[in-house]
Amino acid sequence: MRSRLVLQLLYPLAGVALILAVWVLACWLINIPTVVLPSPDKVLRSFVLRGDLLLSEGWITFKETLYGFLLALVVGLPLAVAVANSRPLNLMFYPLLIALQSVPKVALAPMILVWLGTGLESKLAIVWLVAFFPIIVDTAAGLRSTPKELLELAHSLNASPLQVFLKVQLPAALPFIVTGAKVAITLAVIGAVIGEFVGSSEGLGFLLLSATSQLDTPLAFAALFALAALGILAYALVGMGERMMASWLPPAPARH
Amino acid sequence: MAFGTLKNVRKVFAVEELGSTALEPVVALDDASFEFDAGELVALLGPSGCGKTTLLRIVGGLIAKSGGSVAIGGREITRPMGDYGFVFQAPSLMPWRNVLDNVLFPMEILRKNDAAARRHAHELLGLVGLSGFLSARPHQLSGGMQQRVALCRALIHRPRLLLMDEPFGALDELTRMDMNDLLLRIRDETKASVLFVTHSISEAVYLSDKVVVFSKRPARVAKEIPISLPYPRSHKLRFTAAFTAAERIASEALGVVAPAAEEVP
Repeated sequence: MRSRLVLQLLYPLAGVALILAVWVLACWLINIPTVVLPSPDKVLRSFVLRGDLLLSEGWITFKETLYGFLLALVVGLPLAVAVANSRPLNLMFYPLLIALQSVPKVALAPMILVWLGTGLESKLAIVWLVAFFPIIVDTAAGLRSTPKELLELAHSLNASPLQVFLKVQLPAALPFIVTGAKVAITLAVIGAVIGEFVGSSEGLGFLLLSATSQLDTPLAFAALFALAALGILAYALVGMGERMMASWLPPAPARH
Repeated sequence: MAFGTLKNVRKVFAVEELGSTALEPVVALDDASFEFDAGELVALLGPSGCGKTTLLRIVGGLIAKSGGSVAIGGREITRPMGDYGFVFQAPSLMPWRNVLDNVLFPMEILRKNDAAARRHAHELLGLVGLSGFLSARPHQLSGGMQQRVALCRALIHRPRLLLMDEPFGALDELTRMDMNDLLLRIRDETKASVLFVTHSISEAVYLSDKVVVFSKRPARVAKEIPISLPYPRSHKLRFTAAFTAAERIASEALGVVAPAAEEVP
């Protein structure tokens, strides 16, 4: 138990400390200008001094991420069910989905901005667009991979389609859905930042842009770390959801 | 009047049913006919892939036949009847349910998951020696234990007919012998009729009242062999002349050994 704690905590910390040391030394020895690479203490100072700003802008980005992700879940799950259960729908829309996925979302962002403006709506649309795909693909794959014997067992008992779905297909697909959601939430953060880059007057992405344009590199770095923290937090929320459903999921080794 | 009557059952899988790789329709079952009585345990014996499983699915109403008739308990089977039990080759338990809830699954589908059902589930699990594992998850059990849970699940709704598709084929020899005895004990308690698909000659002879031997695909009934060995049976029986004689007849019907008549002077 103790050795596992050491492995899981001490080694990562040592890695971070090592990189920080190299960073400090580089700034100190080579004398890199702050505009190019601020030393960690300057970033930390910026973090503390502009904490309120980072928090309020971070909250905006967090909301965009979370709402867009939830929207992707709400739309993606029923669509996945439809695509997985109906061959015509599958044939009609699956190629379209793949085509949509191969379009770089950044390329769509300016258009979405024209359609939906610079407010929350355009961010939600972009987040939805990037988060939706892994959810629908993984869920559909999960629903289609229901063990044939379990379906036959249900049919042999004259189960209704709703019973088959709720008691067999959905629980069997749950590990896949969780995997899709985990991929989707990390993409959702990226989507929110893309949205803010392309057109926004708030959020961490906007703060990052405006800080670099004002040559306030320490603040830009602080915003960057705030974004990383936000990503970890969002992922942890999905992880919490997963643990809440733990009794439904197969044992850990079978999970991704 | 026999409990189950199969007459000239034929099944041809169309190309569409087989998937895109198939070039022509496959005749899985050519002409399968036999009868069995209520409470009988009938082994369907034949080479792998000969269509025995297809026949079992037709009797269960899971797939449509292309011709012939299947009547069980006076009803012509065209769709699942809801009162049959299924045991597959793999245990096919639900990993997200514990042992008890896996066994109760059919009762949930039939909307009869009441106190009596739970009592019955406890009884069945006791019968197969799994009373101590009610809240265990399938992955915590061995293959044999999982298959015993699957057996309980198949019996929970007191089916009139138990359809078993090579249920012990994936188990090791010793576990399989234990499971054979367990099945006979359960059959004795529940009085259910059983159709048991296997490709083990000795398992077929050991378990059944009657062995129906199928030819290679397209399957036809090559021979019906009544097994008159007395129940309850024990593994000592395997070393008796009557047992090996029955095995020999089955082997001959399968074409594994040449007919005895040719050797008799």
